[in-house]
Amino acid sequence: MSTVLNEVRRGTYLDSVALMRISGAIRSMDGVDECGLMMGTPANLRILADAGVLAAEGETAGPGDLVIAIRARDAARAAAAIAEAARILSRPKRTSGSGPAAVMPRTLRSAVAALPGANLALVSVPGAFAATEAMKALAAGLNVLLFSDNVSLDDEIALKAEARARGILMMGPDCGTAIIGGVPLAFANAVTRGDTGIIGASGTGIQEVSCLVSNGGGGISHAIGTGGRDLSREVGAITTLTALDLLDADPATRQIVLISKPPAPEVARTVLARVSRSPKRVVVCFIGAKDLDLPPNAVAGATLEDAANLALGRPVATPASLSRPTASGKLHGLFSGGTLAAEAQLILSRAGLAVASNAPVAGSAPIAEAHGRHTILDLGDDAYTIGRPHPMIEPAVRDAHIRAALESPDCAVVLLDCVLGYGSHPDPAGHIARLVEARPPGGPRIVASVTGTDADPQSRTLQVERLRAAGIEVPPSNAAATRRAVELLTQATPPERR
Amino acid sequence: MPPEPTGGPPAEAATRLLADGPSVINVGLESFATELAGQDRPVVHVDWVPPAGGDPRLARLLAKLLT
Repeated sequence: MSTVLNEVRRGTYLDSVALMRISGAIRSMDGVDECGLMMGTPANLRILADAGVLAAEGETAGPGDLVIAIRARDAARAAAAIAEAARILSRPKRTSGSGPAAVMPRTLRSAVAALPGANLALVSVPGAFAATEAMKALAAGLNVLLFSDNVSLDDEIALKAEARARGILMMGPDCGTAIIGGVPLAFANAVTRGDTGIIGASGTGIQEVSCLVSNGGGGISHAIGTGGRDLSREVGAITTLTALDLLDADPATRQIVLISKPPAPEVARTVLARVSRSPKRVVVCFIGAKDLDLPPNAVAGATLEDAANLALGRPVATPASLSRPTASGKLHGLFSGGTLAAEAQLILSRAGLAVASNAPVAGSAPIAEAHGRHTILDLGDDAYTIGRPHPMIEPAVRDAHIRAALESPDCAVVLLDCVLGYGSHPDPAGHIARLVEARPPGGPRIVASVTGTDADPQSRTLQVERLRAAGIEVPPSNAAATRRAVELLTQATPPERR
Repeated sequence: MPPEPTGGPPAEAATRLLADGPSVINVGLESFATELAGQDRPVVHVDWVPPAGGDPRLARLLAKLLT
């Protein structure tokens, strides 16, 4: 009979990544079946209850309290797990930054006083508090990278209007990636510096293009994230237009790559009118958009790979096409990067394959209509990450989906992404490889892409080698991996004959 | 409605960010500050706790009162 034990730390706050790491350490202890360390918000208490780890004491926690929730083999092991969590929590908090070690400032105002010359606030607090913190930063004259999601559209518009009035760059909300002056911020890669500037509404879109350009011998001046809604009719491209002004005036930037899903038509007209006045060459990658009326200084890249090739002055790749009909087996794409999932859907659709997705792009069906179609899941979508870490931070959240695909009788090819860089898991390829190596012989073929560079903390070369050692094919880009998956579908042994 | 395209010179605060590189106040995930510090970038991490006992509406009201 297992034991559920909770402890509540009143008025104690740790961020979600720190809590996830402690949870992982406790979960690995002998005799511990499940562990959750979460702030006691109503949503988190429901998650703990659903996981069967919430006891009466945990139910008394408020949103400002930390809940340590354990389910263990017996009472002694549960108590030992709580004690270990307490020991980790009692470690003194680190100070970070340059200069002498000091007590960490408790407010943005005192932090600004502690760092003369501060010019950017990187805000990643929970969404409900994010707009308030970002507005404080704007009021202090700081540019803002707002990483948090779950910020309302009204708040986004108010923040961006305020930033524009103050002449400040407001990246986000839901801005996962930026590279400013060669410095990777949030989820970004260690790319070579160069003359290509990027403006992107998507984090993994910026990551894939910046890495392909860097790995292809080019370099990045700056990559400015706008947040996914910037080119909506309501927001009206405020940050994109500011970023165009900045990169136009930036002497280090020779050309600009603009990445987004297809914008609202009137916003596309506004942005392209602004592009027409740019003195620089602009590669426009509105993934899946058709019939763009581009000015003479602009070229269109349909995919992230096309955009990178155009920036490198290379020809774009020939689209995938079916050499002969596919066997009955299906492709199961399991992605951590939303824009990589979108790019894969586009390539599959253009090859004539019927695709369904939880984040469908033009040409794909909703996931409810997956029967008989190839499927692409964006596992970083909000629906999969409520109360759980993003799969780029914790690849284990993708495990159940990968196992299910590998065991599925209708699956012929599994297509994965593996996103490296700052912020990401230290060894995502090792995690995938161990999972794949544990499977029985036979089964679906596996193709993966690795977004990253050799200068990243994980090293792209080492990660690729690890995947290949596990029998996974690793083409040079997400687009190439998807084309390879299409090829394999035409070669696949029908599952019923396996 | 979308704003009119500017096309004019960008404002100073944003221009200086690109010219000087980021000098960061980090509010939220401490791992972001740790990684910046590891690259020898100037960064100060705010020891943030949810204001108003974790009540977002009250926190917003407090912030308005204080500014």
